[in-house]
Amino acid sequence: MRPFTYQKAATAADGLSAIAAGGAGTRFLAGGTTLYDLMKLNVEVPSHVVDINSLSELEAFDTSGSNELVFGALARMSNVAADPRLIRDYPALSESLWRAASQQLRNMASLGGNLLQRTRCAYYRGGEPFACNKRKPGSGCAAQEGINRGHALLGGSESCIAVYPGDFAVALVAFDAKVDVLGPGGRRTIELEHLHREPGSTPHLETMLEPGELILRIRVPMTPLGRASTYHKIRDRESYAFALASAAVALRMDGDSVRDVRIAIGGLGTRRWRSRAAEQALRGRALTPETARAAGDAALQGAKASRDNAFRIELGARTVADALMIASRRT
Amino acid sequence: MVTNCEGSDGIVCHYAHPSRREVIAGAASASMVISMSSGTTAQSQGSGSGGGALLIPVNLTVNGTRHTLTLDSRSSLLDVLRERIGLTGAKKGCDHGQCGACTVHVEGRRVASCLTLAAQADGRQVTTIEGLASADGELHPMQQAFVDYDALQCGYCTPGQIMAAVACVNEGHATSPEQIREYMSGNLCRCGAYIGIVAAIQDAAPKMRRA
Repeated sequence: MRPFTYQKAATAADGLSAIAAGGAGTRFLAGGTTLYDLMKLNVEVPSHVVDINSLSELEAFDTSGSNELVFGALARMSNVAADPRLIRDYPALSESLWRAASQQLRNMASLGGNLLQRTRCAYYRGGEPFACNKRKPGSGCAAQEGINRGHALLGGSESCIAVYPGDFAVALVAFDAKVDVLGPGGRRTIELEHLHREPGSTPHLETMLEPGELILRIRVPMTPLGRASTYHKIRDRESYAFALASAAVALRMDGDSVRDVRIAIGGLGTRRWRSRAAEQALRGRALTPETARAAGDAALQGAKASRDNAFRIELGARTVADALMIASRRT
Repeated sequence: MVTNCEGSDGIVCHYAHPSRREVIAGAASASMVISMSSGTTAQSQGSGSGGGALLIPVNLTVNGTRHTLTLDSRSSLLDVLRERIGLTGAKKGCDHGQCGACTVHVEGRRVASCLTLAAQADGRQVTTIEGLASADGELHPMQQAFVDYDALQCGYCTPGQIMAAVACVNEGHATSPEQIREYMSGNLCRCGAYIGIVAAIQDAAPKMRRA
């Protein structure tokens, strides 16, 4: 690991000025479960690290309000997953947290850091001699002709087919979440749906955050769709693995017919993936295994398989369909 | 192999990396590498950009004993526990938070000490497997249950399993075999002693609640 200078930020403003002073090689440290891991692989090589864990005002979260759920960026995944109100009224959000990582990592990892979690692509993490446009722009993408069983089917490009590995962002995008950020230019709010970029020809640019911007909190508007929701995650093993395919769905029924629905899929795309085509396919229809499956097919429309991952198109469609039936039993 | 680099064999990847070689140019032995990564190599104090430092003061209270240390900023909590404080109970398995062998408690919460910068534990209470038994040597109910239920074979993962299991019970996540399996999934046992581990936790949970 390369040497780095370490500094604790006492306030958010402190942290921002430290980032501004440190320049391009400076990183914020929250839980560290992604950053320190990648530093050990020499994939992240910061010259200066600003520890923001003392910003206790960002640790709080509040699910008791009447308009929105508010999560501080430093709230830990395990604490939020266990929130009784979230478990009751927004099970998809709680499930997307406790079905990720292990309890050790969830005790460490922050929500803000989780949104910015980096891909698990082995060619990205593996370092030299593997080509990776995300790690080293212009070097190529070893995954295109490599072992790509776990790679993206949606949103990829010739430059990159690395999967966005997060779960929480998938559930959040189903609920129209927003993130408040603070940066050199002041405060602003970004729709979670627009936080991550498609890789295109610049896969090293992963989010819409400007250099030095810090996520302060995540806000989710209250919705009656929360209760009949689920985060359904299919993995190579039952627990403690990244998704081969996942779906966050939320339903509001009107008798037998679907009054409103949200469908987002994870593990399959280069970023979180909201499928409005799938939602449209269900709205106003009766929910049956057949219509649920049709919505699953709609969600995977446009999926582009590589050599090893074609099976995940069918898996993804079935995951969406199963998630819809699970959620419907919670209405 | 890509999978070797990414997976549980992270140490190989870590030490074989070209930039690593630059750092350790001239140092042939693996022990040199380990001592550097644990922060014991003398290094000039740098003020660095933005006012940070390469060598940092860290106060840790480990199993009730206070330690005042000056550490390389890169040091993991695991390396400091093992190499500086001499508590070798917590084990280095993958060194990437994937196996659970390094599990310790920080302020009563279980964490992967290999992915925790020692600096992040500054001013905190750390508990390791060495701090679990009572002063007179009586084993913690979870330690005794692991013995009684033969919940190990080689024993390498056991300190991490036991620290995770104690936290699992304290969190209220040990109410059924299914829940135990879910909340213990971050601790891998390559000998496959899982049946004994689940049985040990089921046995120890009510004893811990009574204690």
